Amino acid sequence: MDFISILISTSLDIAPIIAIIFGFQYLVIRKKVHHLPQVLLGFVLVLLGLSLFLLGLEKALFPMGSMMAEQLTSEAFLPALADGVQRHWSDYYWVYIFAFTIGASTTIAEPSLIAVSIKAGEISGGTINPFILRIAVALGMAIGITLGSWRIVMGLPLQGFILGAYVLVIIQTLRSPKSIIPLAFDSGGVTTSTITVPIIAALGLGLANSIPGRDPLMDGFGMIALACLFPIITVMGYAQIAEWLEKRNQLKKES
Amino acid sequence: MNDLLLSFVKQARDSFRDLIPVLLVMAFFQLIVIRQPLPDGISFVDLWLGLLSVLIGLTLFIKGLQIGLFPMGESLAHAFAKKSSVISLMVFAFALGFGTTIAEPALIAVAGKASEIVSAGGMIDSSTSAQQRFAFELRLVVAISVGSAVLLGVLRILKGWPLHYLIIAGYVVVMILTLFAPTEIVGIAYDSGGVTTSTITVPLVTALGVGLAASIKGRNPMLDGFGLIALASVMPIIFVLSYGLILL
Repeated sequence: MDFISILISTSLDIAPIIAIIFGFQYLVIRKKVHHLPQVLLGFVLVLLGLSLFLLGLEKALFPMGSMMAEQLTSEAFLPALADGVQRHWSDYYWVYIFAFTIGASTTIAEPSLIAVSIKAGEISGGTINPFILRIAVALGMAIGITLGSWRIVMGLPLQGFILGAYVLVIIQTLRSPKSIIPLAFDSGGVTTSTITVPIIAALGLGLANSIPGRDPLMDGFGMIALACLFPIITVMGYAQIAEWLEKRNQLKKES
Repeated sequence: MNDLLLSFVKQARDSFRDLIPVLLVMAFFQLIVIRQPLPDGISFVDLWLGLLSVLIGLTLFIKGLQIGLFPMGESLAHAFAKKSSVISLMVFAFALGFGTTIAEPALIAVAGKASEIVSAGGMIDSSTSAQQRFAFELRLVVAISVGSAVLLGVLRILKGWPLHYLIIAGYVVVMILTLFAPTEIVGIAYDSGGVTTSTITVPLVTALGVGLAASIKGRNPMLDGFGLIALASVMPIIFVLSYGLILL
């Protein structure tokens, strides 16, 4: 695809939001826009930026994800196989290590997560440690992606994983301290940034493509869903443990 | 002018910081673990040029949002939250969720990939036009679902329904639909829930929730601003599963 055609399709992509914002501004609220030239410049930048991003997505982010999947599962890279033996899932250990590192490293330094965790620490009045909270989110993300890639290697149905995680989230929601619930659900969304989503998606599809017996359509999706779900579980889990420790300390003090 | 330039440099640094961990992990695996030449069809120069355009693109995009869409969207959200009829607030809530989701970069990316896979799997025609139509329909369904989620979330704030019952009810609906929906759509449906909550949707929708909660007595801005996002990540799953049930 060349840049001009991307530019055209991108302007169609952002046309609805421009129409909605200006439509409501002029037809319903009927107020003049402050700093109109600056706002218009902003929309031009959005158009150019989104087009460049989508170009780079095709040229770099997608190829990077599928390239890693291809290389880490190629016969030349995996341990040698005796004749007639089926490959064991543990042979793909570098895939899991890669999935875990990419999940943890992209999350732990995420600026919006740092801001949120500091705020959460203040609100909780010291029960929640901001740094441990960040680790909990990063760990959740890493576990989600690792589990997602293991699932693709095994060819297990995604439904089981998601439904199991949902049941866990529902039980935790009913038992967690109320103040942490918004934050926990939020942390699932915070972790999936615009740069990581394409790489993870391409990794999953690449794995499903290159592992024998897997089908991209049936097995390739679901990594993003798991990456969003597990931080919810680990954050609520951390809050429950923190609350339990707090209670135990108080009991000790009293006795 | 200098200020603007400086803020661009700052934004570029932020985008770069997002990219750094990916680059480090990739470099470690390429140089230490894999130690093989790049596969055919992938050139080193292309990758760097692509990354550069991701970096510049994301910088311009976010800066553009900050000086254009965000201030306008936020002031609109506040204006609607403060004084207007329930009907026009509902219409605005739906339109905001719909419009921001259609332009969401991660959704464009994943919908495109999904259409390729679905047509390779033989579920739709393999022609480019059929692929483009599937990708567009998928984005439309997701955008409508986010619009409905924001509408429902606004209604919840007005009525004061407890959030976690809504979320749990949503989860239960997802579970039931999963049992009936065609297996091929399930993965795509689950993933579309995670894709919607990123760059554009979160700030604008949160602004609406916080503004609304702040203008109604007895509502907690932190709790309610968040609630819209949580609904916006469950609703797409429900809608895409239903879309699969109807279409396939």
